[in-house]
Amino acid sequence: MIRVVLPAHLKTLIRQQGDVVLDIEGPVTLGSVVGALEARFPVLRGTIRDPASLRRRPFVRFFACEQDLSHDAMDAPLPDEVAQGREPLFVIGAMAGG
Amino acid sequence: MSGVRVLVGTRKGAFILSSDGARKSWDVRGPFFEGWEIYHLKASPVDSDRIYASQSSGWFGQIVQRSDDGGETWAPVGNGFAYDGVAGTHQWYDGTPHPWEFARVWHLEPSLNDPDTVFAGVEDAALFKSVDGGLNWSELSGLRGHGTGPQWQPGAGGMCLHTIIESPRDHRRLFVAISAAGAFRSDDAGESWRPINSGLRSQGIPDEDAEVGHCVHRIALHPSNPDVLFMQKHWDVMRSNDAGDSWFEVSGNLPSDFGFVIDVHAHEPETVYVIPITSDSVHFPPEGKLRVYRSRTGGNEWEPLTAGLPQSNCYVDVLRDAMSIDSLDECGVYFGTTGGQVYVSGDAGDSWDAIVRDLPAVLSVEVQTLA
Repeated sequence: MIRVVLPAHLKTLIRQQGDVVLDIEGPVTLGSVVGALEARFPVLRGTIRDPASLRRRPFVRFFACEQDLSHDAMDAPLPDEVAQGREPLFVIGAMAGG
Repeated sequence: MSGVRVLVGTRKGAFILSSDGARKSWDVRGPFFEGWEIYHLKASPVDSDRIYASQSSGWFGQIVQRSDDGGETWAPVGNGFAYDGVAGTHQWYDGTPHPWEFARVWHLEPSLNDPDTVFAGVEDAALFKSVDGGLNWSELSGLRGHGTGPQWQPGAGGMCLHTIIESPRDHRRLFVAISAAGAFRSDDAGESWRPINSGLRSQGIPDEDAEVGHCVHRIALHPSNPDVLFMQKHWDVMRSNDAGDSWFEVSGNLPSDFGFVIDVHAHEPETVYVIPITSDSVHFPPEGKLRVYRSRTGGNEWEPLTAGLPQSNCYVDVLRDAMSIDSLDECGVYFGTTGGQVYVSGDAGDSWDAIVRDLPAVLSVEVQTLA
């Protein structure tokens, strides 16, 4: 069981205010988690990563366990605490005013 | 009883303003999609309950929403805007080649005869079409591929395709406009295109009357006379009597011929509206007076319309998609400002009232005339 915390704008899109809970089969990576998110909520396709290149959108960040994982490879394993559901994966919209 | 529904896109969500035919008392709904930029909403002319909305964010990209019940409920449709084939390059601000990159949908234009067919004008400039209600999008790549595409450059707001007009006389004829490339026409339903910029002169480009490179801000026509086009260019208000084959200036006595919006009266094909803005570097009305200018002569002779509009200390802008016209017997005119006001005139511009005053900055205004 993986817990994902989405930013407010994406919560609005999926019409769900709480954390998203996902079951991931196989390796728990940024790519597999985002893929599972997109499969469950198709409206998120293109909002976190480019649908063609699958690269993270420039103003989206991934945090977990007090680490910035944004520049990790999409197929790199996530920390065990995330994979085992003890810590959430945060999808963050980069800070900006306005 | 007849009525109107005004669809307002803002920097922080969408709003729907409704009234009966008197246009005096208004119901305000929204914000829809709060916090997101809503560049444009527009309803199908053949199904008033079908509304498309462009929802975007610099963080999270592009969503297209659709309502099938007049804006009561919404559902996301497709957001796959992939350029056809090899995207190629256009010119960047410094003159170097820059890859075409999708940023957002600026304008959605539902077809005149099919509620499931809708065109999307996007940044970086391209025209897309959906024939399944927005679920899937295909580029009409003859526009970017007709030959001048590699010369196109972005304006300050990005290289956007912002105007899409389907000719009401011949549905195979399409007009589009791009900042800062110019106007283009297709006579075969979007398969092939050619620039229609003869007569435009722009001091901001090396060759003032080049085939492309003009910053067209908006084009409008009257359905009864679709060969006559009116254009608000970066500077200059222009007119064409031959479907864009040639243009001539009709700025006449305007206090400034810079501006963004232009529209045509619903029942008088020679009555045209613009809102002059001071200059390309000063985006607010001349003298701090918000004035709509109306020409009843198809241009050149313009009268200021000021009743009900602020005539001092007004420093808002009116963006290119933020004016619309209803088709009630007494034609209504609407526009929205970057200060969050949406104004209505129920008497063709003679007098104005604010429907709302404190919305987020208004990006677009479209009105539906309801039976």
